[in-house]
Amino acid sequence: MKKIFTRYTPLQIAMHIYAWSALVILIFNFFTDNLSANPIQALEQRTGRHAITLLVLSLACTPLNTLFKWSELLKRRRALGLYAFMYATIHVMIFVNLDYGLAWSLIIQTIFEKPYIVVGATGFLMLIPLAITSFDIWKKRLGKTWKRLHQTIYLIAPLLILHYAWGKKGDFFQLRGEIIRPLIYGLIVIIFLIFRIPPVRKALASLRDRVLFLFRKRNLQPETDSH
Amino acid sequence: MHTACLEMTSKFISIPLKSSEITPHSLYLSRREFLKAAGLVTGSALLAACAPQATATAFPVKKDEFGEPANSFEDITHYNNFYEFSENKEAVNKLSKDFKSHPWTVEVYGLVNKPKTYAIEDLLKKFQQEERIYRLRCVEAWSMVIPWMGFPLASLLKEVEPTSDAKFVRFETLMDTKQFPREGSHLYPWPYQEGLRLDEAMHDLTILATGLYGQSLPTPNGAPIRLVVPWKYGFKSIKSIVKIELVDKQPGTFWKRINRKEYGFYSNVNPNQPHLRWTQVSERRIGEFSPRPTLMFNGYAEQVALLYEGMDLDVNY
Repeated sequence: MKKIFTRYTPLQIAMHIYAWSALVILIFNFFTDNLSANPIQALEQRTGRHAITLLVLSLACTPLNTLFKWSELLKRRRALGLYAFMYATIHVMIFVNLDYGLAWSLIIQTIFEKPYIVVGATGFLMLIPLAITSFDIWKKRLGKTWKRLHQTIYLIAPLLILHYAWGKKGDFFQLRGEIIRPLIYGLIVIIFLIFRIPPVRKALASLRDRVLFLFRKRNLQPETDSH
Repeated sequence: MHTACLEMTSKFISIPLKSSEITPHSLYLSRREFLKAAGLVTGSALLAACAPQATATAFPVKKDEFGEPANSFEDITHYNNFYEFSENKEAVNKLSKDFKSHPWTVEVYGLVNKPKTYAIEDLLKKFQQEERIYRLRCVEAWSMVIPWMGFPLASLLKEVEPTSDAKFVRFETLMDTKQFPREGSHLYPWPYQEGLRLDEAMHDLTILATGLYGQSLPTPNGAPIRLVVPWKYGFKSIKSIVKIELVDKQPGTFWKRINRKEYGFYSNVNPNQPHLRWTQVSERRIGEFSPRPTLMFNGYAEQVALLYEGMDLDVNY
């Protein structure tokens, strides 16, 4: 037990536990008939939601490091991204295999009939090269191209959140219906993306340093008084 | 004899029973046993007359006219779209436990000669309650077979005598944030409203349902009284009705106000009319694994297609 905690950080452990337990819980609920009266739809929706959550978490790492100098987060990005891809893959498999029973003509008709599925499928296909090239060998082999390739996530994430929002009942532009959760995810991603714009990032970093400086100064003063 | 039993149960419709006290497979008997145990039933002669039949046939599975078995009481009452309680279909049953569907009145007014406010007991007494086993096709591409108890809406409308100006019927759900917490949300145009053309409302298939599986209508299904229009998508069948108004213009409806492109006034089940979100070509019957094809007018084309003769269903969706 001690070894686990010395080898892995608490953040790392929490991340792996979340990612795997969610899957175990889903499988358990599926086989014990605890996924509502419409289990296939429930599986589809829940795997999709986990994928989006993990994706948003992976995107949160860099801006949170900018804000709080929490550099460990940068080491967790890859695993979070891969877990998001894992859930996205399961989500797509359920859609194709269970929901539509591999009826390809119906699947293709459905995809092109419904813009939210076109958007979701596009986002998923764009995730595949990122997942494949996420390993160090590819990072070395691709050099600068690797960074550019992985920056496409800034396009993919909004696509997938649009897919999520569009799949819900309601109307985004009228602010009506089931829009709260996708709206929150969307706002988080937009804020994170703004944080990444170089001038904004620089401004935030200097603001952070100033706050840290003031904070230290204030903490130091009482100490000097007491001496 | 069977109908005698049903009538009997409907007379006791105002007795508050928790659905959890009834096992899904032996509904009739368990209800009767519960009533007997509680000492509420005195009509023992009628009860005795019903009992032998019930035990002899071991509760035949209820089936629709295609021979499709009805969904279980458990599924019908635990998978409900009822946004006044929650957006989560599985949460509705629990959240609706404290709902008071008694006392309850339904006001029938507007372009009628004899407007009247009916207490729910009056509606149950006045109109013969009969069982109708209908398919329910949700716009979300799932479906169920449900054994409703109720009476034709036409019987009620005939009572109030619509004037010649009346062209549409407008329905309204109870507006009460104490009872329906989500009605406080600004994301939806409360109260829930629905509408039918007068000829649709007068059609024999259109009923006001007051019960389910022979017992009073459970809250998740729209207690104490809801509309059931089996050839239209489920959201047309408005729940917990307090107002029925006869009007001369097509009334606004809840989902159409939210997204007019996606939810038309007619919303007839139509596999040829694609929806932006769900496939309407096929559906998943709750309890089944593989999807099955969706039928025009939900399989009631023979009875209702005439209503829409000469209408372009692509425009009037």
